[in-house]
Amino acid sequence: MRKLARGVPPKLARGLLFIALAAILPLVVHDGGFVNFLTDAGAYVLLALGLNIVVGFAGLLDLGYAAFFAIGSYAYAMLASPQFGIHIPFWIMLFLASGIAALFGILLGAPTLRLRGDYLAIVTLGFGEIVPQTFLNLPQWTGGPNGLGNLDQPVFFGYRFGFNILPYYYVMLVLIVLAVVVAQNLRDSRLGRAWIAIREDELAAKHVGINTTTTKLAAFALGASFSGLAGVAYGAKLQLVSPDQFQFSVSVAILSMLVLGGMGNITGVILGSILISSLDRLILPQASNLIFALAHVRVDLSNSRFLIYGAILVLTMLLRPEGLLPNRRRRAELHAGTAEAMP
Amino acid sequence: MSLIAQQIVNGLALGGIYALIALGYTMVFGIIELINFAHGDVYTLGTFFSLAILGLLGATGELHGPFLIVAVVVTLVLAMVLSGLVGVIIERLAYRPLRNAPRLAPLITAIGVSFILQNLMIYWHGPSPLPFPQILPNPTYAIGPVQIAAKQAFVIVLAVVLMIVLQLFVTKTKLGAAMRATAQDRDAARLMGIDVNATIALTFFIGSALAGAAGFVSGVYYGTTWFFNGFAAGLKAFTAAVLGGIGNIAGAMLGGFAIGLVESLTTQLLSDQWSNIVVFALLVVVLIFRPTGLLGESLPTKA
Repeated sequence: MRKLARGVPPKLARGLLFIALAAILPLVVHDGGFVNFLTDAGAYVLLALGLNIVVGFAGLLDLGYAAFFAIGSYAYAMLASPQFGIHIPFWIMLFLASGIAALFGILLGAPTLRLRGDYLAIVTLGFGEIVPQTFLNLPQWTGGPNGLGNLDQPVFFGYRFGFNILPYYYVMLVLIVLAVVVAQNLRDSRLGRAWIAIREDELAAKHVGINTTTTKLAAFALGASFSGLAGVAYGAKLQLVSPDQFQFSVSVAILSMLVLGGMGNITGVILGSILISSLDRLILPQASNLIFALAHVRVDLSNSRFLIYGAILVLTMLLRPEGLLPNRRRRAELHAGTAEAMP
Repeated sequence: MSLIAQQIVNGLALGGIYALIALGYTMVFGIIELINFAHGDVYTLGTFFSLAILGLLGATGELHGPFLIVAVVVTLVLAMVLSGLVGVIIERLAYRPLRNAPRLAPLITAIGVSFILQNLMIYWHGPSPLPFPQILPNPTYAIGPVQIAAKQAFVIVLAVVLMIVLQLFVTKTKLGAAMRATAQDRDAARLMGIDVNATIALTFFIGSALAGAAGFVSGVYYGTTWFFNGFAAGLKAFTAAVLGGIGNIAGAMLGGFAIGLVESLTTQLLSDQWSNIVVFALLVVVLIFRPTGLLGESLPTKA
């Protein structure tokens, strides 16, 4: 028994422990609202893991990542709902939507990836605005401002998910485990090392024979594919998709998760996204209630959401640009410039 | 045909506002190569400041005679100074500490600052649109087939005057020369005895003051504002700056008017809900095919 335990690498053991804990958590905590929150937070973990490939690994600042989330959700809403009478099963849609999102990642990336980093950021931001606005402007296909409702509920070997939150929670957990495994393997692959090389010095990377265009495109496509998964799972759970779920603030929220947790560090990104989701959905409302109970003043701290995202971005970049759980290489990069600047 | 001519006048008025905002983007980018993402929100703050100043002056409706002129001048100057100071504070707190960090670091803080400013404006006036007093009498004049409203003339004239003053300042004064020198080579400028930090702060002050002026003008022009105004306007003004050639002051003016025209003509020919899409698509196209813009020189590609 001890021998077996010694044979398991500590990182894998820790990972398995976390998965086991996450799997029993909803069975111990009999609180539907809490499990619902965890499931939503899970969608953001998926999104953050996807954006981490683009921003954390390849160093390309994407400010319109919510657009891919929108594309994944709308793909499910149009291909698995009464809207067109098409009912592609949830499980197939997971693959299909991540493929569609990846395709849009390539469509956006192909003409723009030659741009300098900050121009790319602005172009992705423009893309992030165009996509939901287009969905809004085409009501005959997308339901316009009302969005699309009544999306198909997943069926697993005859078991209908219905409105029970637990199966959605477990689907989300499986998707996250899958995403983590994929992200880790990508990071340690030849492609992952090429991303890091481009992030550190694009010119040098080019000169050692890396095809920077296809490498960056791969980052865009793979990053976008994660948000396709998130979009389908989130849409199926909510049974509703509408354009206001994909505003710029969503892209910024996901970016804050990365910045807070530590760009490039998978564990850090997961931590960051859970922290920000909890802040948004649990801590702020609870704090508002607490203030009311103590001081009898009605303040809705949820109104301070933007302030908090903003403060997280500014303070982290100023005080600890590598985030809470830094990626070692990233930290060295972020501190290189400032150390040089010392007079 | 006269409809199109009319939309051109409307577009020029819109473009005057975008041009004023675009100047701030272009000046800041010219000097420290940063896309000052919070600039659009400084513009909205300019409208909020103007609203407060007009409130203090007791100007709630249409004004006439000398009081109109006093109110316009006082509000414009104070809104410009306050917005300029906000710009200087932002630079000092959020950008200067990161001046030598990787390029994306200050861009991320700039987004953070933008969100903070938006939330502060929510605290100030709530999340809903609010009315802006219609202080300007608004007769319309017919020039041939085209109607031009006094408000539109006000916007266009003010924008052009401010741009001429700016152009003279940058090309004819010593401080302007310091700004250009700092933009070209910061280290060489420092060796020539230029206080680089003060010059960058001055650039932020002027750029933000112009955004403040745009904020006042837009309040007068639209008669309404809300905390989120600066997001779309900022993005359009940035498009204008890029279209004209970022870092180029004349380019920002040209780009601003061009974007105003594009927006008003899209509204006329398609519908207003497509105007944002058309402008952003234009941004993407310009960045891809002519990243130096209409008047821009070739850019240094510092990574």
